[in-house]
Amino acid sequence: MMQATARRNSELYLLILALILGVGALALVVLARDADILATAAPLMVTLTAAYAAAHIGVRKLAPSSDHLLLPLTALLNGLGLAAVYRLDPSDYGPTQATWTVVGVVVFIATLVVVRDYRVLARYKYILGFTGILLLLLPATPLGTEINGARLWLRVGSFSFQPGELAKICLVIFFAAYLAERKELLAIASRRIWRIHFPDIKHFGPLLVMWLLSLAVMFFEKDLGSSLLFFSIFLVMLYIATARVAYMLVGLLVFAAGAYVGYATFSHVQLRVAVWLDVFNPKLISDEGYQLAQSLFALATGGLFGTGLGQGRPDLIPAAHTDFVFAVIGEELGLLGTAAVVVCFMFLVGRGLRIALGARSDFGQLLAAGLIVSFGVQTIIILAGVIRLLPLTGITLPFMSYGGSSLLSNFILMALLARVSHQNTSEPDPALTGEILIGGRR
Amino acid sequence: MQAQIRRVAWGLVAAFLLVFAQLNYVQIFAAEDIASNDSNIRSLLAEYAIKRGDIETLDFETVARSRRTQDRFQYLRTYPGGELYGHITGYYSLIYGSDRIEATYSEQLLGESGVISMQDIQDSFLSSGERGDDVRLTVHSQLQQVAAEALGGQEGSVVALDPSSGEVRAMYSNPTYDPGPLATHDTDEIRSYRRSLQPNSPDSPLLSKATSRSFPPGSTFKVVTAAAALESGRFSPTSTFPDPEALDLPLTDNTLNNFTNTSCTGTGSIDLFTALVQSCDTTFAILGLRLPEELRRTAGALGFNEPLPFDVGTAASTFPDVPDDQEPLRAFAGIGQGDVAATPLQMAVVAATVANGGQVPRPQLVREVRDPSGSVIEQQRSAPLGRAFSAATAQVLTRMMTSVVTEGTGTAAQIDGVEVAGKTGTAQTVEGAAPHAWFICFAPASNPRIAVAVLVENGGELGSEATGGAVAAPIAKAVIEADRRIRQW
Repeated sequence: MMQATARRNSELYLLILALILGVGALALVVLARDADILATAAPLMVTLTAAYAAAHIGVRKLAPSSDHLLLPLTALLNGLGLAAVYRLDPSDYGPTQATWTVVGVVVFIATLVVVRDYRVLARYKYILGFTGILLLLLPATPLGTEINGARLWLRVGSFSFQPGELAKICLVIFFAAYLAERKELLAIASRRIWRIHFPDIKHFGPLLVMWLLSLAVMFFEKDLGSSLLFFSIFLVMLYIATARVAYMLVGLLVFAAGAYVGYATFSHVQLRVAVWLDVFNPKLISDEGYQLAQSLFALATGGLFGTGLGQGRPDLIPAAHTDFVFAVIGEELGLLGTAAVVVCFMFLVGRGLRIALGARSDFGQLLAAGLIVSFGVQTIIILAGVIRLLPLTGITLPFMSYGGSSLLSNFILMALLARVSHQNTSEPDPALTGEILIGGRR
Repeated sequence: MQAQIRRVAWGLVAAFLLVFAQLNYVQIFAAEDIASNDSNIRSLLAEYAIKRGDIETLDFETVARSRRTQDRFQYLRTYPGGELYGHITGYYSLIYGSDRIEATYSEQLLGESGVISMQDIQDSFLSSGERGDDVRLTVHSQLQQVAAEALGGQEGSVVALDPSSGEVRAMYSNPTYDPGPLATHDTDEIRSYRRSLQPNSPDSPLLSKATSRSFPPGSTFKVVTAAAALESGRFSPTSTFPDPEALDLPLTDNTLNNFTNTSCTGTGSIDLFTALVQSCDTTFAILGLRLPEELRRTAGALGFNEPLPFDVGTAASTFPDVPDDQEPLRAFAGIGQGDVAATPLQMAVVAATVANGGQVPRPQLVREVRDPSGSVIEQQRSAPLGRAFSAATAQVLTRMMTSVVTEGTGTAAQIDGVEVAGKTGTAQTVEGAAPHAWFICFAPASNPRIAVAVLVENGGELGSEATGGAVAAPIAKAVIEADRRIRQW
């Protein structure tokens, strides 16, 4: 096992590499476009570097034994995303995104300060659970605002916020605590159909509740993507806790039924599917299919090598800076760029799952797994939408899309993972402490 | 739980691999296909970042130019030539692509080989300020103006050529359109303007009737019939023909009547020379019946049955191959009726061929292409299309056509001090509609400088009373006089 300082040193080297790439990407945008904008790019370069330097110092002080790849991978994705957002709008979105990065790092450090022991979180599971549900359903109240047909935003003055991002984390903590407590009970199988063990019908209660909640998200907020995301996080965590495939099957079945009703009810969901199936149809391409078609044009134009940063026309894609930031990378950095981004996300997810595997308690395992699965599934849903692998849903690409709520919650998520990771290696083996008597690990 | 976490890990890896596979498909395997979709305006944006060259007349009047704008399409195409040159310049439109000279000379106007590669797109974003080459037309602005004014509100076409070079000095057809609104950057405006032009109608103003539609040429075609007769060696200007009141057609009980419903001379016979001067239908109907092969060959040599090679698209003029069992149609073909159809440009080429001693000039609309510094980088000098008939035949035809103007049906084209050679035509169209009035001519007869074809559809202002001599000949006269004034001959 690597020593804490050795880990931090290698984190520093990798972080320097990641920042060179991020700052380099910003510099390329300046070179390709206009030398005049160096004045606006330089503060961004400094901000990005300073923010991650602070984050690194924070980790050294607060979670010195944590995984050394989390921060460099985050910095790389964040830096490339910042360059892409800056490239689209050097005067507004770029600086704002840099500011959010700073706020994000502050929140990251604050989370590490506040959560000194992640197990404490389990104590607040009901508060967090209710907060999560409240945040999730808040946009459905009159406080919410509808954007692009989906009601996912809260608007307070000129400031809009997507509470679903934060709700995700609260709910993952709640699920982890709840499932760690009940997993034995939920895993009891009373029947066996073919090769699958079915738990007793009364244990499907939690599944039913989550299903209804995800349906509420779908119907009141009209967003199939978020609904799918929440429900699939719960299903995966339930499966991890109980090893019962039956939950998965029943869950997918009832979700499919719900999704079908949603499809039949909402014209914009039907349109999304129609666009997905036939985006180049001349009837769709200039209206409903315009955004996805522009995304595919950008990716196709990029080819293998891309046009070079600042030299393509990703500004033709509506909402390029939020949901479609990946298409910007595709046009200007080509398949090499998109593949690199996909690999970074894969590494991050891999590190997250490794942290889950190493966690010393059921709660820790479920917490880390739930957090990283929510991160990974969200990434896959939006990537698949942008490249027309799945129908498009409006969720953000973690660390790359423009937007404060997304950045902040993903920084909290990374801080929690770092905390679990730190405790995995810094604490003495629970087998020697007797914790095993309380938890019971499989 | 470790086993489940590992399974979940594999599931996520599989999903990421699917994403990677689809990325390969979109960015590599299907990339060409996707990127070349018409709705991908990236190459259009690159094209519009180039300052397209001017189109200007022979006398350097700019009829199409590009102007810098503030919108994302950096240059706006404007047409100072407006309606007058609509059928020549064509348009350069975001939605409908380009047409006419804008289309044929697109590469030159963009100042490159025209194929927009991805490399070019990149270059154009890196270094703006590219400028295309200018295209100089053969059309003279004053002559074009006169042609349009002489035609006035009547529907029809005027084409004037230099008979020896084939350079088009004027080409106008009414109705016409202004390419400007089609070239704006406002797609709604483009669409609604185009809709107002009824793009799918055969009478759409978008269509140049001078080149893109063919009409029965009527008696102007007798010049071709006469040429075939003279070339055959079996007839001379003095060859005589019977002069009946009506010609009995073979295989049927029908007859072919003269235009006046009488015989042409009243003497019982008529010679070929007089027949052309008086435009005697029965004589040329007889020739049509007797020389079907020769007639078809001469018409073909003049450019019939295939689109004329030209700088802008042309429709083919047609001379039918009439089978033996429909022999009466050959009589009608001899007088330019039945299935014979010609574009005004084709009939101008017929006149120009007589003027040019039997060599068929290749019509052309562009004189040269100049780079932004003004030096000529492309000179258009095209070889004649071939010989349709001998110089001797041309000479005889010239004499006959001169008499048409001095003493025959074309006296309205007489000009003081200039010998004009011409031929009238009054072509029957559909039952009940007024005839098309034609006039083809060239001048001066001895040393031709200009050849003109005029078509006034459905009789123009005179309606059913119209004849080629009354309606079309004065327009041709105005064009010849103007060319004489402009070029001082």
